Amino acid sequence: MTGNVIEVNNLEYAYGSVKAVDDISFTVKQGEIFSFLGPNGAGKSTVINVLTTLRKIQKGEARVNGYDVAKESKSVRRSIGIVFQMLCLDHEMTVSENLEYHGKIYSMPKKERKERIEELLKLTELEGKRDTLGKELSGGMKRRLELARGLMTKPAVLFLDEPTVGFDIQTRMRMWEYLREIKREGTTIFLTTHYMEEADQLSDRISIIDHGKIIVTGSAEELKNKLGKDLIYLETSNNKIAAEILRSLNSVKTVTEDTKSLRVMIGENVTHVLPQIMEKIRGKG
Amino acid sequence: MNFEFRAIYWRDMIKFFRFKSLLISSLIQPVMWLAFFGLAMSDSFDQLTSLIPNISGVPTVDYLSYMGAGIIAMDVLFTSLFGGTTLMFDKKFSLLKETLASPVPRSHIILGIGLSGVTKAFIQTFIIIGFGKFIGMDFFKGYTLNETFIAVTGIMLLVAIFTLGFLFLSGSIAITIENPEGMQSIFSLLSMPLLFVSNALYPIDAFPAVLKFLSMFNPLTLLANGIRYFALGQNFSAMGNHYIYTTADIGMSFLGLILFALVMLSAAIWRFNKVNI
Repeated sequence: MTGNVIEVNNLEYAYGSVKAVDDISFTVKQGEIFSFLGPNGAGKSTVINVLTTLRKIQKGEARVNGYDVAKESKSVRRSIGIVFQMLCLDHEMTVSENLEYHGKIYSMPKKERKERIEELLKLTELEGKRDTLGKELSGGMKRRLELARGLMTKPAVLFLDEPTVGFDIQTRMRMWEYLREIKREGTTIFLTTHYMEEADQLSDRISIIDHGKIIVTGSAEELKNKLGKDLIYLETSNNKIAAEILRSLNSVKTVTEDTKSLRVMIGENVTHVLPQIMEKIRGKG
Repeated sequence: MNFEFRAIYWRDMIKFFRFKSLLISSLIQPVMWLAFFGLAMSDSFDQLTSLIPNISGVPTVDYLSYMGAGIIAMDVLFTSLFGGTTLMFDKKFSLLKETLASPVPRSHIILGIGLSGVTKAFIQTFIIIGFGKFIGMDFFKGYTLNETFIAVTGIMLLVAIFTLGFLFLSGSIAITIENPEGMQSIFSLLSMPLLFVSNALYPIDAFPAVLKFLSMFNPLTLLANGIRYFALGQNFSAMGNHYIYTTADIGMSFLGLILFALVMLSAAIWRFNKVNI
């Protein structure tokens, strides 16, 4: 199948009178890694919950793997794998039992289950831990096991909700490696994150989302060019003068004055520009 | 045809045999009831009732055997009533999330948990009957092998239906209530009237009319009656009371318990379909 694995049109979702998702439309192409980047509470998880049929769609339309999330929730569920935001492994069962259970509730035949478990233990490098209880795994291993579990049924799309929150940078980078490997094997990945570098490193395309709206969508490169390369915050003794100086620089795209600090959007790599800025400002006292 | 409930059952059984404390306490508990409560009560009761003349022509059953049936009923009641607790913790620690997000129908979750409860109840019933016979309980007295087999099957059937009913009830409460303390207090609140407004531990013949009436609808009474019918016979006397169980009585036990289990099943399905993740 080629084309769009996820299609969302004018999706809205409200908790009571609070709109969590406000008229969102986007598509995710077959085989790509697509990220929702935004702060906590932007509505990312709500979109995932609607797409995975955990929450009933209120307004708009969404199709996953060609199935309507409102009417064909069972087929949607059979098409997807989910890695939840919060760890939810069974700590009293072993690594392989956790996977076995997942295969069983999706009615996978025994032979297929066994084969898939071996493949996934290899992929996530948990082969040596197959008989270890969930509670004895490190945080990173637990996450890897959840990743393996999400892939157990060979889903068309893998949903990951903040997959690396709370992990150190090594663990996080390792996780990214696994996700790239999964992508190479042809699985479409939809992930939410509030880490810019995560979206940047992994994604083919990114949607920046805030207050329930998509602000902009594009590849990491496109977004950087559109928004400027980097954003820096400055605090100076005299913001007015500093802003004037900054505006006179070619490499500076925009300067916004806040009550206390300056927000400076820079068009080039920040490491080149920063010394330049410092020098200019120092020159003026 | 879907068999996903087997996965739920499989997982619950793994954990039952893995948590040694749970396993051992659930095996010891029925023995303790019989050994301490049973023997102590039966000695006092037998002493108190020793002056009552036996009814002639009717086999007399001692209190230990009379109460043995009630101990089975009570033990199974406690295990199944508290059996749903696991669901609350699964929900609290988001273990249920994976299952709730899968295509498995919610009814299968309930059924899987129910069947694992029945398995545990069977184990306990066997222990009580076995240990009871060892300390002198007159179950299946004078039965042929064939009759014993039918009696045991009958008891197991009743125990299974009863257990399912209470697990469904317990599961519905567990999945609805958010905090463990609240749930424990509800279960304790329920178990008291269930236990004491029934003929599990003592005859209801001398009950005040209202309690007697209420006790007839108590699933515990229905189960204890059924077990006595199968284990002690249709016609016996205990503590000076003459008991005759007719086919209609045993039919009542079965029908009443089936009805109870079905009502609880629909309650459980209703509650489970409401669960959001």
